[in-house]
Amino acid sequence: MLRIPCPWCGERDEIEFRYRGDATKVRPDPQAGIAAFSLYVYERGNPCGWHVEWWLHVGGCRSLLKVLRHTLTHEISWVGGPQDQPPLPPSADG
Amino acid sequence: MRGPARIAPGALTDTSRPVGFRFDGRPLEGLAGDTLASALLANGRQLIGRSFKYHRPRGIVTAGPEEPCALVDVIGPRGREPNRLATTLMLHDGLIAESQNRWPSLRFDVGALSDRLGRFLPAGFYYKTFMAPGWAWERLYEPLIRRAAGLGRLTPIVPAHADPAETVHDHADVLIIGSGAAGLAAAHRLGECGLRVILAEQDVVLGGGVLLDARWSPWRTAVCAGLAAQPTVRTLPRATVLGAYGQGVFGALEELGPLEAARHGGLRERLRIIRARRVLFATGALERHIAFPGNDVPGVMLAGAALRYLRRYGVAAGRRPAFFLNTDEAYDAVFALVAAGVDCAGVIDVRGSSLAAQRARELGIEVVAGAVIARVRGRTGVRGVHAVDVDGHRLRRLTADCLLISGGYSPATALPAQLGARLTWQEAIAAFVPDLAPSSGQVAGAARGVFGLAAAARDGDAVARAIAAQLDAAPDSGSPVSSQLALPELPADPQATPLRALWQVRAAGKAFVDLQNDVTADDVRLSAREGYEHVEHMKRFTTHGMAGDQGRIGGLLGSAVLAEARGVELAAVGVARPRPFTQPLPFAALAGGEVREHYKPRRRLPLHEWHAQAGATFVPTGLWLRPLVYAANSGWEAVLREARAVRSHVGITDVSTLGKIDVQGPDAARFLDFIYANTFSTLAVGRTRYGIMLREDGMMFDDGTTARLAADHFLVTTTTVNAVAVLEHLEFHLQSTCAPLDVLLTDVADQWAQFAVAGPRAREVLAKLAAGIDLSNQAFPFMAAAAATIAGVAGRLFRISFSGELAFELAVPASAARSVWSAVLEAGAPFGIQPYGLDALNTLRIEKGHVTGAELNGNTSADDLGMQRLLKCEGDFIGRTLAQRPGLTHEGRLQLIGVRPIDRGQRLRNGMQLVSSGAPQASLGYVTSSTPSVELEGWVGLALLAGGRRRIGERLLATSPLHEATTEIEIVSPHMLDPENRRVRS
Repeated sequence: MLRIPCPWCGERDEIEFRYRGDATKVRPDPQAGIAAFSLYVYERGNPCGWHVEWWLHVGGCRSLLKVLRHTLTHEISWVGGPQDQPPLPPSADG
Repeated sequence: MRGPARIAPGALTDTSRPVGFRFDGRPLEGLAGDTLASALLANGRQLIGRSFKYHRPRGIVTAGPEEPCALVDVIGPRGREPNRLATTLMLHDGLIAESQNRWPSLRFDVGALSDRLGRFLPAGFYYKTFMAPGWAWERLYEPLIRRAAGLGRLTPIVPAHADPAETVHDHADVLIIGSGAAGLAAAHRLGECGLRVILAEQDVVLGGGVLLDARWSPWRTAVCAGLAAQPTVRTLPRATVLGAYGQGVFGALEELGPLEAARHGGLRERLRIIRARRVLFATGALERHIAFPGNDVPGVMLAGAALRYLRRYGVAAGRRPAFFLNTDEAYDAVFALVAAGVDCAGVIDVRGSSLAAQRARELGIEVVAGAVIARVRGRTGVRGVHAVDVDGHRLRRLTADCLLISGGYSPATALPAQLGARLTWQEAIAAFVPDLAPSSGQVAGAARGVFGLAAAARDGDAVARAIAAQLDAAPDSGSPVSSQLALPELPADPQATPLRALWQVRAAGKAFVDLQNDVTADDVRLSAREGYEHVEHMKRFTTHGMAGDQGRIGGLLGSAVLAEARGVELAAVGVARPRPFTQPLPFAALAGGEVREHYKPRRRLPLHEWHAQAGATFVPTGLWLRPLVYAANSGWEAVLREARAVRSHVGITDVSTLGKIDVQGPDAARFLDFIYANTFSTLAVGRTRYGIMLREDGMMFDDGTTARLAADHFLVTTTTVNAVAVLEHLEFHLQSTCAPLDVLLTDVADQWAQFAVAGPRAREVLAKLAAGIDLSNQAFPFMAAAAATIAGVAGRLFRISFSGELAFELAVPASAARSVWSAVLEAGAPFGIQPYGLDALNTLRIEKGHVTGAELNGNTSADDLGMQRLLKCEGDFIGRTLAQRPGLTHEGRLQLIGVRPIDRGQRLRNGMQLVSSGAPQASLGYVTSSTPSVELEGWVGLALLAGGRRRIGERLLATSPLHEATTEIEIVSPHMLDPENRRVRS
């Protein structure tokens, strides 16, 4: 079970949050067309290592968080707001 | 002394308190403090059950949770509980236990024939043999095999509320798992530093291996007293940590003792979810078995277990034990039993010479050095053993009634391995030790190969100091507690000759590496021959280590046999990866209190009591309980009476479960334009609009009405089931894609009770209640919204309709729900107002062609539901681009239409498939909703039909093979009632 340090509420169990997917995906320009939106909606990487993802604190402050999580160890090295940029992962090979 | 084999006072048993119990129907007596295993041994019982596959007689092998063989059924208030471990089951008065997997009796078992056929039943036998014909597996082979194999029987029905369990959440700075020398020393040190410590111990008492050495008694007493005096230390005996889930989260099962259980109303188990900043694994080491022919005969027991039975319960494992050992540590059992007056048949030591063997000879004990056991005589009990030298030459025959063995000790690495610890081979102890990332946790004592009580205690202390330093905690020397904490000197660990690793003896007969799943060394070799060479493949081919005991005493044996068969080092083979749970636990403990009506929360309407008093039948909708119909039975008559009242005069229904989201801010209209497929910025204040939301992939997500209460203030309603999901959807986009719009979202679903008053007389009813509002068509037209005082309560009034009739929805604060509802009923009484439930609401909306969750099923697009025209042409919105994909607007897609049976007397069913009479096997679509109609003759339904809109007027068959029903139907417009919308505007 993940323990996610919410910047507003403190460290909380995973069950208080709703996972909202890959946070590196940016919604394309409205005119970008079907192909661009298909990539945005359907194409996902499956990295073994650090992953920036959305977690919505539905059972707490309802804030949307950007979380830098290691998909193998589940280590969380950084949590920020939706407009924050995550730092570079601790090491390239994770 | 209660039992012929009870030869001394035990540390845990109370000789003044006899306890009566039954095993296989025979009344026996033990002592308070006994386990079932120790009580059976005290009564001279070594034969406990029959094995999983070969039905071989089995006895007690260990004295703890690692037990592979001594499994029993317990008959108690929960019914028949299979596979309880006799070695951990505490004896209590009236306990009824039965042996397993035998018929007709334990001594004479028909199934044991499979043992004679054993060489025809190797691993993989069932897979290879019972393949053809295909039908025979389910009907013939599997039932036969299932009856012959397996352990224990379940009671099919568990009595309600028997032995409840509960879930508890714990928090600590440091969780210490295991209370042997290392764990005790560490807990003491960390407590002294003022840290919040939880010390979890699976045993009923603290101490682990310390309990077995009398020289350590003063130290243990002092430490336990110190822990009791430290307010930040909690000790949890009987608590087994079953899983390590990362980020400091652990699951533990606590079995309550009889006294505590009685205090908690019969509570038996407690699932503890422990969150800790740091963890220290002080889980100790487990004694290993050796694979030699006959190593499963009842009476073959681990030497350490025999020592535990003697020290803890005063029970001798046999009258004349022989020993088969490869370490000096295991001689502790020899010396202890001899000192207690037991006649030792002799010691067979794998090693040529050792310090311990020398000492044994000085005591007059025969030691056969450089020898192994090639045969065990006896079938339902040990009668003797044959010792041979390493080349197989006969050395000595010993007459004995039990055989106590030790193959060395392996660190208990299951929990650190769950956290990703690498296992590295340590030659000195011939075992794997865990190498854990420091960020994941620490390991101390025998759990990382530091053997010897004093060495383990020092290691525990050193690791504890390091943890305290990481947590910036230091001993509080000024506290009054710390002066009590001076501990006695640690007794010195004895000098010992190193072990000589021995995994198997190659001789004729079955040599088991997994006693619980009946896996032999030959099975492992077969696995290697068949190409299943990886330890994980071997595990699955042979089922080695897959039983409830998880191969804790034999796991390494299998790897060693595999290594030999492959011709590689054991270190290169490794062991199979352990996963949670480390041992079996009852589902009841996992479920805790979340059973039956507590399985999930129940949300009750503000008017729940009124509905109940009015005789409503309730139906769960999401978490809500909604009135389905105001009648006890679920027949259509009551539903149609309610629906007819709405069509002919007036009805009232409770729609408070709808999701309601208050949207405010200067950018609110812009935000809703992006969220909804249709436009809200053009909506006038005081008006309401039906809206549809798409997902980004272009499919329908939700629908509902939204009212504009002020220029910067909207009230969004959602469907009941999507209320939570829509709020999340809005929050997500507001904070990411739509940032930085200035909008605030507030969930007001619980604040407002909402009722629909529908029917031709609805205006007349409300006119009596809504003071100061002109409800005429000109002043308050269809889709109007306004603040209103209703029956003296400040609320809101909307002119919206789901039923297709003239209708108003009124919203009042939930606290006023009862008074307003009653006022409406009173005002409506002269008009014959009728409360109606979800079924009637459904009948009304199907006739009208309105969609709900049955049609908004996640696979339908706006076009499929005939709502293409709602999609705005100007501006962006979620789902706009992908909704334009050709596949989503293709004319052959399933489209919403209405269906009616040609024979008006025939009924429709939800889920009926629509087929043409020419090709009845090809589904063209299906019925999503159906109801007997109020206004139209017979049944009406909504359906999704391939290219449906073009087929209006055609005839098809609706068929339900499940009900053996087929009906000819006509395809009609889904708007079967008042398609011109005259009524809602009347």
